[in-house]
Amino acid sequence: MSIIVFAETTETGYKKSSLEAVTVAREIANRTQAGPVVAVVNGQASDAASLGNYGADEVLVLPGSATHSPDAAAAMLAELARNKNAATVIISNNYTGKSIAPAVATTLNASLATNVIDYPDTSAGYKVKRGVFSGKAFAWVELKQPVKVLAITPNSFEIRESGGSATVADAGVQVAGSRLQIQSVNKVTGKIPLTEAEIVVSGGRGMKGPENWGMIEDLAKALGAATACSKPVSDMGWRSHSEHVGQTGITIKPNLYIAIGISGAIQHLAGVSSSKVIVAINKDPEAPFFKAADYGIVGDAFEVLPKLIAAATATSH
Amino acid sequence: MKILVCISVVPDTTTKISFTDNNTRFNNQGVQYIINPYDELALTRAMELAEASNGTVHVIHVGTADSEASIRKALSIGAHEAIRVNAEPADAQFVAAQIAAVAQNAGYDLILTGRESIDYNGGAVCGLLGQLLGIPSVNVASKIDVSAGTATVEHDIDGGREVVTVQLPAVISAQKDLCEPRIPNMRGIMAARTKPLQITEPGAATAASGYVAFELPAPKQGVKLIDAENPAELLYLLRNEAKVI
Ligand SMILES: Cc1cc2nc3c(=O)[nH]c(=O)nc-3n(C[C@H](O)[C@H](O)[C@H](O)COP(=O)(O)OP(=O)(O)OC[C@H]3O[C@@H](n4cnc5c(N)ncnc54)[C@H](O)[C@@H]3O)c2cc1C
Repeated sequence: MSIIVFAETTETGYKKSSLEAVTVAREIANRTQAGPVVAVVNGQASDAASLGNYGADEVLVLPGSATHSPDAAAAMLAELARNKNAATVIISNNYTGKSIAPAVATTLNASLATNVIDYPDTSAGYKVKRGVFSGKAFAWVELKQPVKVLAITPNSFEIRESGGSATVADAGVQVAGSRLQIQSVNKVTGKIPLTEAEIVVSGGRGMKGPENWGMIEDLAKALGAATACSKPVSDMGWRSHSEHVGQTGITIKPNLYIAIGISGAIQHLAGVSSSKVIVAINKDPEAPFFKAADYGIVGDAFEVLPKLIAAATATSH
Repeated sequence: MKILVCISVVPDTTTKISFTDNNTRFNNQGVQYIINPYDELALTRAMELAEASNGTVHVIHVGTADSEASIRKALSIGAHEAIRVNAEPADAQFVAAQIAAVAQNAGYDLILTGRESIDYNGGAVCGLLGQLLGIPSVNVASKIDVSAGTATVEHDIDGGREVVTVQLPAVISAQKDLCEPRIPNMRGIMAARTKPLQITEPGAATAASGYVAFELPAPKQGVKLIDAENPAELLYLLRNEAKVI
């Protein structure tokens, strides 16, 4: 019984979420005495063998174009999972992964769990912990089918280097066709993807207008952080919708979330409350965010931020 | 064009989440239920597309009779017919199997879902339906246009957005930016009373998973306030106490 893990590479190497996924596959293999760990790579696989260092035993590289559309990747992944008699398939719970996992689970007649945030409990049955109610709670779910497909949430598992090595081979499957014709792609380059960022600096309506976002970006830069915003900020077009976090936006769980001029409405907190440490900066001492925060500064963002940026820049080198 | 919109019914976004029966069940005492916000966007866009093509919109919900107020709301927003599969929506795979059983051979050109339901955050029904019905699926769409049997869809991908085209029939999941959700007007509310709401019993599918227990996040220890005159202190604490920078 093997464990299959889907790994995506980009021009700059493996995605962090993919290294997390390989680590998880290794750990599940160890805990359930399953194996080998087979990593299936979608993308430019020049560094395929390096996955051995995170616990892969075998690396299989999908044939054809550098990255396949989700439907084609899902078809090939399911076929490999079958060939390799997979007990578990691990996929990242990002956009690509969430487009692939349901198709793979259906083809394999497997139990599917998305948004998985911890290692499965296999002491009796097979239970996984998932985030529910948009970050307001967690649930333990029993997976009943013999085969499991787990989509794991980025930033939920620590990457571990095992120092192992892996064999690398072509996957040996027919290239599956895609029914999605890509017309255009618009990727934000040079920015840390929000869902993978370890530090996030976020601004709300208290920032008064898009012209003041230079301060948010400067602080983010000094801390090596990604930027985010509250819903009204993206609704008003001050920032791109892709930065909107919360119940109706993106759910994130960085190590550090810094909320500036955000009141802390329940729908906003839903998307960020799984962050390890939360800092609120708000001029209103009664702002609800202070109840959800670990550290707080009661003060005017326009006075606090320049000092904070100066201090962060001074120590960031 | 014939469109099917999948509706999930969820606790209102302001709900304070708690659990009962030794943390094995969601506590629905006093909870207001609403149409899942993303599904409302899917429904509104479906209405716009149907209006432009003289088409029809059906909504489908897998759930118990408790959800009928929300289904009527969908009809008052403009859906022409509703179908309720009379079963507890045990998990995404069960729900998708029930919807697929109804949609199979029913001649829908387009099936829309929300990108995820805001209660169990599965985000899987769209992809599951695509595979079960053997039609293409596109997740997290912020624009959907249809012409000559092809849908042009702008949707989120990791690190950006992409425009794809797919042949219909297809299943697409909706997110914000797709449209402004419609609010039912008086005429819609009156008309909804007499629109057909068909109740069907579930097919043979069984759930592939089951919820066994819930947990709430550990409560925060209380906020540590730092003097606004000395924000460097914050960095010191983040570095040496919290160890996150
Ligand atoms: C169905 C539904 C879904 C929603 N989903 C989301 C979601 O996903 N994400 C989300 O964010 N919201 C969401 N909301 C909206 C949410 O309820 C709040 O309205 C929103 O989060 C408020 O954004 P804000 O904190 O930026 O603005 P405000 O509530 O206006 O707060 C601004 C804050 O800035 C502070 N401030 C003002 N000036 C300064 C200054 N100079 N220095 C420091 N602080 C200052 C104020 O004290 C205040 O606390 C949703 C609402 C609904 C009904």
